[in-house]
Amino acid sequence: MSVFRDVQQAAPVAVFKLTQDFNNDPFPNKVNLGVGAYRTDEGKPWVLPVVKKVEKLIVHDDRLNHEYLPILGLPEFRSSASKIALGDDSPAIREDRVGAVQCLGGTGALKMGAEFLRRFYNGNNNTKTPIYVSAPTWENHNGVFNNAGFEDVRPYKYWDAEKRGLDLAGFLSDLESCPERSIFVLHACAHNPTGTDPTQEQWKKIAEVMMRRKLFPFFDSAYQGFASGNLEKDAWAVRYFVSKGFEMFCAQSFSKNFGLYNERVGNLTIVARDSDNLKRVLSQMEKIVRITWSNPPSQGARVVSLTLTSPDLFSEWKDNVKTMADRVLLMRAQLRAKLEVLGTPGTWNHITDQIGMFSFTGLNPKQVEYMIKEKHVYLMASGRINMCGLTSKNINYVAESIHEAVTKVAAGYC
Amino acid sequence: MSVFGEVPQAPPVAVFKLTADFREDSHPQKVNLGVGAYRTDDCQPWVLPVVKKVERLIVEDGSLNHEYLPILGLPEFRAAASKVALGDDSAAIQEGRVGAVQCLGGTGALRIGADFLRRWYNGSNNTATPVYVSAPTWENHNGVFGDAGFKDIRPYHYWDAAKRGLDLTGLLDDLEKAPEHSIFVLHACAHNPTGTDPTQEEWKTIAEIMKRRKLFAFFDSAYQGFASGDLDKDAWAIRFFVSEGFELFIAQSFSKNFGLYNERVGNLTVVAKDGDNLTRTLSQMEKIVRTTWSNPPSQGARIVSRTLTSPELFAEWKGNVKTMADRVLLMRSQLRSKLEALGTPGTWDHITQQIGMFSFTGLNPKQVEYLITEKHVYLMASGRINMCGLTTKNIDYIAQSIHEAVTKVQ
Repeated sequence: MSVFRDVQQAAPVAVFKLTQDFNNDPFPNKVNLGVGAYRTDEGKPWVLPVVKKVEKLIVHDDRLNHEYLPILGLPEFRSSASKIALGDDSPAIREDRVGAVQCLGGTGALKMGAEFLRRFYNGNNNTKTPIYVSAPTWENHNGVFNNAGFEDVRPYKYWDAEKRGLDLAGFLSDLESCPERSIFVLHACAHNPTGTDPTQEQWKKIAEVMMRRKLFPFFDSAYQGFASGNLEKDAWAVRYFVSKGFEMFCAQSFSKNFGLYNERVGNLTIVARDSDNLKRVLSQMEKIVRITWSNPPSQGARVVSLTLTSPDLFSEWKDNVKTMADRVLLMRAQLRAKLEVLGTPGTWNHITDQIGMFSFTGLNPKQVEYMIKEKHVYLMASGRINMCGLTSKNINYVAESIHEAVTKVAAGYC
Repeated sequence: MSVFGEVPQAPPVAVFKLTADFREDSHPQKVNLGVGAYRTDDCQPWVLPVVKKVERLIVEDGSLNHEYLPILGLPEFRAAASKVALGDDSAAIQEGRVGAVQCLGGTGALRIGADFLRRWYNGSNNTATPVYVSAPTWENHNGVFGDAGFKDIRPYHYWDAAKRGLDLTGLLDDLEKAPEHSIFVLHACAHNPTGTDPTQEEWKTIAEIMKRRKLFAFFDSAYQGFASGDLDKDAWAIRFFVSEGFELFIAQSFSKNFGLYNERVGNLTVVAKDGDNLTRTLSQMEKIVRTTWSNPPSQGARIVSRTLTSPELFAEWKGNVKTMADRVLLMRSQLRSKLEALGTPGTWDHITQQIGMFSFTGLNPKQVEYLITEKHVYLMASGRINMCGLTTKNIDYIAQSIHEAVTKVQ
């Protein structure tokens, strides 16, 4: 008799199951619009040229060794990563009230931030403090905050399915009616999965209510640079909140903008009122890190840090990022144009209005099912597509498939 | 007013504070016998030659990219790592009942294992299941299991300070008295911090009681190969337990035996009764990993995996490991003979009887304080020293310092 006999089979993570089904599909024209990773126009993963260059520099640098990093991570990485988010000229950084924890990707940064907040924010026991995540949001937000011990994870209104845009009135209403001191997980840019971000004016309104009602901003920033092609533009919301005097967390991921998905490069940037509060916060972060992964992995942090701190490499990196962002923008423009030419019912400007890797097509579950089963075009049940999965070779097929799905399948596909 | 206004300052982790103090010390003969990392005879960190070689192979390999690894990690790494622990000819592996989760070093493997057990072992809510850790043990064991949700972490008798050896009677007694289904964290070899391992006969007795009383074995294996210089010898206890039919966890670290400390290379090996139970267990491990770090880092796992799966590189690695283990053995034997030559009061054979990176010197807190403040020899308050901190250049100074501490300070 096994001690594991009562262990239940867990359901697979949806997005990985989708890729698995795609991999098992023998259909020659199959397309994977699921997982959020960049693809070239040949449909291949892309190791950024600047990354390849820096990896070679690292391997040939005999001054480097493999001694443990400090618990909070590689210092040069932490500071250059925070600078990227907040800006070179950030007053908060100059005022010595910005710190960081090197973490395992964006997930690890969210996890560390969540674990800290559950222990220390708003009194010592925050299991009951509400955490608000957008409706919809990245599927792992719920899991991370739940597992960190928060019992009350709630949606805030975000996506208006009818008008295919931001439900600002609903969002603001949730901000006004939630308990004071609630924690809000905000997408810094390129909202996942809708690709729909508040405008600058809308962010100002959001910030005003959050300040007045003492709500805590926890930014999730996984696409800086990748969204518009411009680092500063994509960081506008984060910097605006800092300039308004918020104390806040920002979970940064370098998976997408450096293409370093599997080296797990993340940074939890912390903005506090002053350096004394910051110091105490970081000391507690160390305790949490120590009992989770002890200290973080070096390779990815070295690559990012060397790149960000060398003017030439930094410049080269920004170009590589723009290459990716531009290809996505091109695919957006082309997909929209093709659907409009095909006369596919509905409006398709949301495809170019939305930003970043993902588009919320507006396809309903039955239409999605049709796409997968009949056309072998794989996308999430929510109708989310990864624009990076589109190429000049498959875009016609994808546009036609969407056209078919929309025209053949209303609500009653069988 | 800050939202962080009530956050208290946390005390630093002792072993890192020790190193920080050491760094600030300007004494020319200062020695750091604190943190557990290998040092050469020039007191430098050592990147294993085989690691340097494989890193070059990886960077030149145009077929590799940086796409996400599976949640459970690099498959070749997981399989090769489990094989190193259980043996190439492991029946359990052949029977399809061994699985693994690539984790962030030994710490990450302990953490994922602990998170799983708290959710799924012995009924669905194990916060009350006792977790036993040796007295003394690695200081982070308590923290990891505590944060995973276990409320009842208890010591089991281990170190006999009077005889400077294993308190077998006390250990066996705790095994007999522990509530059934308790979890025991066992050090696979090179016990940290005492360097004192059970003999094979003692392990057999431990296993017999654990089986009879339905206790769960969670091995912490951070020094395989590093302890005796021989991979199979250092894995004897683990393999014995597996051969006795135990279901168990092994938290493996490749930090020390590959010198890959900062790439966080670990593996949680899971041995279950059969493939079906294993599958369900791994599916739940995926859920836990997903909300902790999503999927693990690639670099270190690639290095280890390439090395373990290539006969030449594997042989070269074993050579590198033996180099480290042999230097430690040399320092042990030299320290002991110098103390005996000095006539330092007490017996010093424990220094060569103990195994692995650490030695529990038997020095008391006052003697430790003397060593640090008067002699600038830094060691843990428990009297634990890292043998790797000894070199042919500083060993006389250290032996002399210990002699002074023992003769001057009671």
